[in-house]
Amino acid sequence: MRAELFTRPLRRELVATWGFVARNLHLTKRYWGWELVWFAYSLTSSLAVAYIGLGTERLAGAAVDGRALTLYLLVGTLVWAYLSQIFYVISEMVAWERWEGTIEYTFMAPSLRLTHLVGTSLFAVIYGIARTLLILAAASAFFDIPLVGANLPAAGLWLAVGSVSFVGFGILAGVMPLLFPERGVQMTNVLAALLLLVSGVYYPVEVLPAWMQVLARMSPATYVIQGMRGAILEGVGLDQLARPLLYLALGGVGMILFGTWAFSQAERYAKRTGRLKRSG
Amino acid sequence: MYALSCESLTKSFRKGKGKRVQALCGVGFAVRAGEIYGILGPNGSGKSTLVRILATLLLPDAGRAQVLGYDVVRQARRVREVIHRVSTEAAFFKKLSPLENLLYGARLYGVPGRKVIRRARGLLAELGIPEDKQVRPMEQLSRGQQQKVAVARALLIPPPVLLLDEPTTGLDPRSKREVQELIRGLRDEEGTTVLLTTHDMEEADRLCDRVAILDEGRLVAEGSPRELKEQIRTDGQPVSMEDVFFALTGKEWDDEG
Ligand SMILES: Nc1ncnc2c1ncn2[C@@H]1O[C@H](COP(=O)(O)OP(=O)(O)OP(=O)(O)O)[C@@H](O)[C@H]1O
Ligand SMILES: [Mg+2]
Repeated sequence: MRAELFTRPLRRELVATWGFVARNLHLTKRYWGWELVWFAYSLTSSLAVAYIGLGTERLAGAAVDGRALTLYLLVGTLVWAYLSQIFYVISEMVAWERWEGTIEYTFMAPSLRLTHLVGTSLFAVIYGIARTLLILAAASAFFDIPLVGANLPAAGLWLAVGSVSFVGFGILAGVMPLLFPERGVQMTNVLAALLLLVSGVYYPVEVLPAWMQVLARMSPATYVIQGMRGAILEGVGLDQLARPLLYLALGGVGMILFGTWAFSQAERYAKRTGRLKRSG
Repeated sequence: MYALSCESLTKSFRKGKGKRVQALCGVGFAVRAGEIYGILGPNGSGKSTLVRILATLLLPDAGRAQVLGYDVVRQARRVREVIHRVSTEAAFFKKLSPLENLLYGARLYGVPGRKVIRRARGLLAELGIPEDKQVRPMEQLSRGQQQKVAVARALLIPPPVLLLDEPTTGLDPRSKREVQELIRGLRDEEGTTVLLTTHDMEEADRLCDRVAILDEGRLVAEGSPRELKEQIRTDGQPVSMEDVFFALTGKEWDDEG
């Protein structure tokens, strides 16, 4: 019975990867009420931010191009919605399974931890894209979003490479709930808030104090958002982007490797101190 | 070769500032292949801690443990391939159905859902989970029913070694019997090795080939239920496993009252 069920190692890891994706898809379906609330929240906050553009024109007079500012803000808020979504799904993976009570069973399975992380990340990306497209579709009912001058392939590439960095960031932050069962999630939330502050989501990073600009340069979101604005609002092409994209990609891969290593160290620590799970 | 063995296993946990609680102190025993080995002991005596170390969920402070010859620390992945565990708490995604939870479990072991879905349905039905409940969220099942799903999950890809931490706690007498029969059947037909903790003395007596008694992290006795009963018999009166438990865990009924 066992022998006929088990197949080759690589195939087993692929099946397990799909296991993580399928599980999360099912969960999304079953928690639909919560998904709806969360979607409404994201949409309204994106709209609220975008209206600041039109509002500023009204307040400041003709010196400000309200439509351009609205677009500027809209790109920022949508890209942030996408990146932060990836970050949250991955970094809260451990905390969430602890809450469901399934964590020991997931960690007891023979699949690689890398598979666990890749599967979760894959879902995070699929989910993030679907959600952001929905928000974009809904937002376009409120604002006129001209994409004529946009360089869409370049935008797509920025987003793809940005996803890699945020997967890495998410894995790294996911270490926190492993180390600190009670406060871990708060810590990841603080990290996300800090990224939002320094990455120039709603303003150019140049307005920040010098020390914050140092943080801005370390945040991958800064480059992704700048890159996306360039591609969508100014139609900046790929020829000008090769180098920054390469750096971002390398940084992202490095972060994933480092994050995975840190995660496995944290897993050892949790298993030594009995923090994986307490009761039972 | 033993299917399961440990030597001088020691584990302590931090408990507040500077204080530590000693969960296991130098526990050693060995379980033969195809044996049903019971662990009895009062609450907090270290049974679950022991099971978790064998399941690679906790790292021991000292000592060694092996499952089918694989070391639980250095060859954890090998160990994970040959074990499954059932615990008292229902560890499921509450909104997913029993079937979804089971298929997810199988995929983590690299087995595609379509290969086990029929077996999953069969096992659930055999354990008394009706078809309509198999596809409804777990949270709509009673505690006992959830426990049965946990048993089904552990048996879905029959493991050579089963770690059962109070698998029948919370089950009604009939369901308890059914699960016990299932465990015995697995041992008889598949040669599964079973490590079982329980607070049900009758269950230990009926099911286990050998029993170890754990008290405050130490193994205080080991033997077949008959041997243990012989050991404490003084005046030719019949004794039960419950008497054995009281006698050997040093917490005699008289002491408390
Ligand atoms: N993760 C943990 N963190 C801190 N202390 C723990 C942890 N797990 C167990 N302990 C402590 O170790 C001791 C043994 O606990 P364990 O759960 O192994 O007992 P048990 O024999 O399974 O008890 P029960 O019969 O109640 O299930 C207890 O004092 C418990 O408080
Ligand atoms: Mg226990």
